[in-house]
Amino acid sequence: MAITRADVEHVAHLARLHLTDEELDRMQTQLSRILEAIETLRDVDTSHVGPTASVIQLENVMRDDVATGPMPRDVTLANAPLRDDPFLRVPTVLEEGR
Amino acid sequence: MSDLPLADRSITEVARALRDRQTTARALTDACLARIDRDAERLNTFLALDADAARRAADEADAALARGEGSDRPLLGIPYALKDIFVTRAVDWDGGELPGGLPTTAGSLILEGYRSPYASAAQEAFERAGAILLGKTNCDEFAMGSSNENSAYGPVRNPWDESTVPGGSSGGSSAAVAGGQAYFALGTDTGGSIRQPASLTGTVGLKPTYGRVSRFGMVAFASSLDQAGPFTRTVRDAALVLGALAGYDPRDSTSVDTPVPDYAAALTGEVRGLRIGVPREFFVAGMEPGVESAVRAAIDVLRELGAEIVEVSLPSTDRGLATYYIIAPAEASANLARYDGVRYGVSAGAGELWENYERTRGSGFGDEVKRRIMLGTYALSAGYYDAYYVKAQQVRTLIKDEFDAVLADVDALLAPTSPNVAFKIGAKMDDPLAMYLNDACTLPVNIAGLPGISVPCGLSEGLPVGLQVIGRAFDEATILRVADAYERAAGFAELRPPTARSGGEPVSA
Repeated sequence: MAITRADVEHVAHLARLHLTDEELDRMQTQLSRILEAIETLRDVDTSHVGPTASVIQLENVMRDDVATGPMPRDVTLANAPLRDDPFLRVPTVLEEGR
Repeated sequence: MSDLPLADRSITEVARALRDRQTTARALTDACLARIDRDAERLNTFLALDADAARRAADEADAALARGEGSDRPLLGIPYALKDIFVTRAVDWDGGELPGGLPTTAGSLILEGYRSPYASAAQEAFERAGAILLGKTNCDEFAMGSSNENSAYGPVRNPWDESTVPGGSSGGSSAAVAGGQAYFALGTDTGGSIRQPASLTGTVGLKPTYGRVSRFGMVAFASSLDQAGPFTRTVRDAALVLGALAGYDPRDSTSVDTPVPDYAAALTGEVRGLRIGVPREFFVAGMEPGVESAVRAAIDVLRELGAEIVEVSLPSTDRGLATYYIIAPAEASANLARYDGVRYGVSAGAGELWENYERTRGSGFGDEVKRRIMLGTYALSAGYYDAYYVKAQQVRTLIKDEFDAVLADVDALLAPTSPNVAFKIGAKMDDPLAMYLNDACTLPVNIAGLPGISVPCGLSEGLPVGLQVIGRAFDEATILRVADAYERAAGFAELRPPTARSGGEPVSA
């Protein structure tokens, strides 16, 4: 199935990916070809087949309810690209007046 | 003693020499470091290396060996490498740099300079077993690729012919073991990323059963498919490394609590009494004739050894590629949502939050990763979820059920690992689908969660070919037994690239 340029832009937005015009063009062509190959699955009769999310049938894996110490603050922050100790710095989320 | 250079010998051989005091951990480490240094530019295998830390660890291992210790540490004094997708602790408890700690990039710019605050289960397991960490190997970005050309830090070249790829995504690990740079290396296999590069570099590559090995500290690509496993030079070495790595880990909720057998004890050299299937659909269209004839000859060797060989059918095999390229990108698109430029990794530094997400991810991820995020996001998006994602999960059930039915009748399966030998760097980069076809014979095994091993079965056009042995869930012992019996009979265990014996100089520039 060929997907449209608008589809590609919409999916890039959902994925929070900035793509250049050139990337959007290439993505449209390549995704269309890949989707065409993938769509061969339509011919498979799965009317009486359940989905498999994981091959091992584990259910409700819980750890023991035992409190453990947190990772020290400085360790947690060690890789933050922007920090304002003792906090992570985050770009503006809400504009003023909104 | 083999007449191979020290750096090219098997773990089994050098471990015996260590116990007999005929060599030292320091000598083994220096032999690997000399190869790494000699071929650093030529092969581009390592992304991080700390030679001094490795030498210190080697000296400690030698001291322990001198005290007569080590009977409970099966890899004591053996130098190894980790694919740069396993986190290695590099942050001290006060937030500073841990001396000797190595960064983790997953082959991506978005994690450039990332220093993990904790160790992966794999790093811990090998530390307990006494192995010496040399460094972190190059790989396709987030383990997405079949040629190692998708690394943000440049392609890895195959020691057999540096104009060709070493396979992927664990290409740095395969090339390091083939090139005498580490006695073993760890990789990850989501659709073939251990077995295919093993095939292309003439090494042994083992993907254990999903759940056999802890994924704790392994950067996630597709969580229902990812599994860690070793590259080695012999099947016996793979059994040894798996023994040190396998086992339940409460930190990985998909790790399975089932006993770890003595894998080395399974290597009887005997295949009489085993019934082994050859799935006809794995001899795919477009397979290279030299690969097919090497694999058919390997099957004949096992028949001559007394195994009962039967042709079997796995009719949904040709649906594997489409199934995989929905499930894996869908899971990847969710896993990679965490790279937001806020908590860790690089940030584009845009002033507004949403723009910063988009710019950070747009500039931090490479082409293949973006392609898979887009594909996965599309397959999960409103209106397409049932048609793509649920459909793929249903076909996954069919593929798994077919394997289960066939493996109820036979003890293991034999197939090619890769339909082709190592190809030229650049040959498939403009055609994602042609690249994806490299994994046609390996990815059905991940879809079904089964164990598989690739063992060298000769050369075609001067380049290595791999035989794949696939087994029942949690029955790594049988595939190791079959692969070992084949290896002993076929005599390819000392297959090495021509540069191994070239007296310290690369064959060509």
